[in-house]
Amino acid sequence: MLRGNGLHFARQGHTILRDVSVMLQPGGFTAVIGPNGAGKSTLLHLLSGALMPGEGVVTLDGRSLGRWSPADLARRRAVLPQSLELSFPFRALEVVLMGRSAHSGSSSRVRDLDIAAAALEEVDAGRLAERVYTTLSGGERQRVQLARVMAQIWPEPSDDLTRYLLLDEPTNNLDLTHQHRLLDFARRMSDRRIGVLAVLHDPNLAALYADRMVLLVDGQVQAEGPVDMVLTEDQIEKAFDIRVTIQRHPNRGRPQLVPL
Amino acid sequence: MSECAPMTDAADVLRSQAARTRTALLLLFCGLGSAFLLSVGIGAVAISPLQVMSIFLEQVGLARLSMHAPVQETVLLTIRLPRACLAILVGAALAIAGAALQGLFRNPLADPGLIGVSTGAALAAAVVIVLGGSLPVLGLSPDPLAYLLPLSAFAGGLATTWLVYRIASRDGRTEVATMLLAGIALNALAGAAIGLLIFVSDDQALRDLNFWLLGSLGGVTWDRLLLAAPLMLLPTLALPVLARPLNGLLLGEVEALHLGFNIERVKRFVVLLAALAVGASVALTGVIGFVGLVVPHLLRLTLGPDHRLLLPACILLGGTLLLLADLLARTLVLPAELPIGILTSCVGGPFFLWLLMRRRGLGLW
Repeated sequence: MLRGNGLHFARQGHTILRDVSVMLQPGGFTAVIGPNGAGKSTLLHLLSGALMPGEGVVTLDGRSLGRWSPADLARRRAVLPQSLELSFPFRALEVVLMGRSAHSGSSSRVRDLDIAAAALEEVDAGRLAERVYTTLSGGERQRVQLARVMAQIWPEPSDDLTRYLLLDEPTNNLDLTHQHRLLDFARRMSDRRIGVLAVLHDPNLAALYADRMVLLVDGQVQAEGPVDMVLTEDQIEKAFDIRVTIQRHPNRGRPQLVPL
Repeated sequence: MSECAPMTDAADVLRSQAARTRTALLLLFCGLGSAFLLSVGIGAVAISPLQVMSIFLEQVGLARLSMHAPVQETVLLTIRLPRACLAILVGAALAIAGAALQGLFRNPLADPGLIGVSTGAALAAAVVIVLGGSLPVLGLSPDPLAYLLPLSAFAGGLATTWLVYRIASRDGRTEVATMLLAGIALNALAGAAIGLLIFVSDDQALRDLNFWLLGSLGGVTWDRLLLAAPLMLLPTLALPVLARPLNGLLLGEVEALHLGFNIERVKRFVVLLAALAVGASVALTGVIGFVGLVVPHLLRLTLGPDHRLLLPACILLGGTLLLLADLLARTLVLPAELPIGILTSCVGGPFFLWLLMRRRGLGLW
């Protein structure tokens, strides 16, 4: 289990997160939603270990992140950044192979290459393998990066370890089709016992794929739980200051917001 | 069967990759060998490759071919050979330091000369030259000075690298403009300080100082070479070990951390080793610009940006290019000798401009 407990975070005297607790079960898909500036990405950075909380602790399988070696941690959790600049002409497949860095020694190069190719196929980017990354479109880059983080925590049939995937606004830059494909892919990852946490802007999109939600407002958790509990008219009105009504998706039954 | 099919695919890909790597390194090695033979062979006393072999074989006592004259042996062993070795060492060290700094800064425009590292090293060395003779402790004999020179150049290079990195890097990202501007500022600052040193120095120190500003491989002896060689060899051989984390760093510091690299340690090692390589080179030869920019760039164009191949290739091509540049420097305007720093800047400057225009054309700014 990936768990943040009583997390506080402040930057230059300005409090960004206040007493935030979240937990991510293997096999679960949690969406973090909330207005701009609520601290969603900061929360993800704390859970990934990129930032240290001022107070509180983040644990993976009961062990505080600071007590994991970077390589051990990398084999158990991967992070998809919001944006990524690369000014060197790597091919897409080479970028994906970087995801296997922490496995050198335990995994053969042949296996790394197979996993990288399979990860590219999974995100519908197999044909991009030999393309130069810097010449790809924003959406194509995002898919290649997704393949990279997937290759990093690719499930091994030989072990029973839990793995976690953190996605920071993964649907940015993606068209409608690929937004849904990406979240569907994340959903399938959680079916393979990977715990997925995604920071998402669109509550409707989040409601279609996630099974739990964290509604973050002003650095505090306003609501947390199964999607139906969080995505209510009252909660949304309070958080976003907009009047909505909740309707049901015609064939998935998930709640969807309609502004009034 | 379906499980096996992709396995053979991957194995094939890896085999062809390995073959490509071998071919590339072999070609570069042959290039280095040819440049070496040209470099030791051409000059006032010509020595053919066969005669070079004859001299070497006789030296190690393997065979007595007697195809050479004694004067050729003297010229080769006391003048050309240490100079060629120095060219290879300095070229390799500058090229690999350039490639590593470009990885650290995540930017292909970071050249030790452009961002002020070489000038910082030269300033520290100049301080030792000018003030070293006047301080009682250091003025005792030239020996401690010979040690102190590379060490202070190293310290100067280290300080500037660290400074530029701190100025240009924020939240794990490097701003190119800030990096280049910081380089300009540091170059100007160090230049002014060197100017001040010129102003206060006596004739002997002035002549020595001139050498830093223009760069030259001339006048090297085995003693001086052997003293500084380990300082250049250590970073040259150690940096390729960091190839994988450097690849990861290109994605960004946070991403490299998430990939499982101990990024703080890697950064410290890269800064230390690059400063050592540049500092030791500057101590022996003065400022030779653009090698660290041109060599990695040419290699990236042909071999791709993967540091696992790029760094070893830099060693070979860096040595080759500096051998050739030195050959030109000492033969172009006979009987005088052109300072090699002028030559590399004549080639490197236009190259850098072309790079800027090409990047602007590609919209990479």
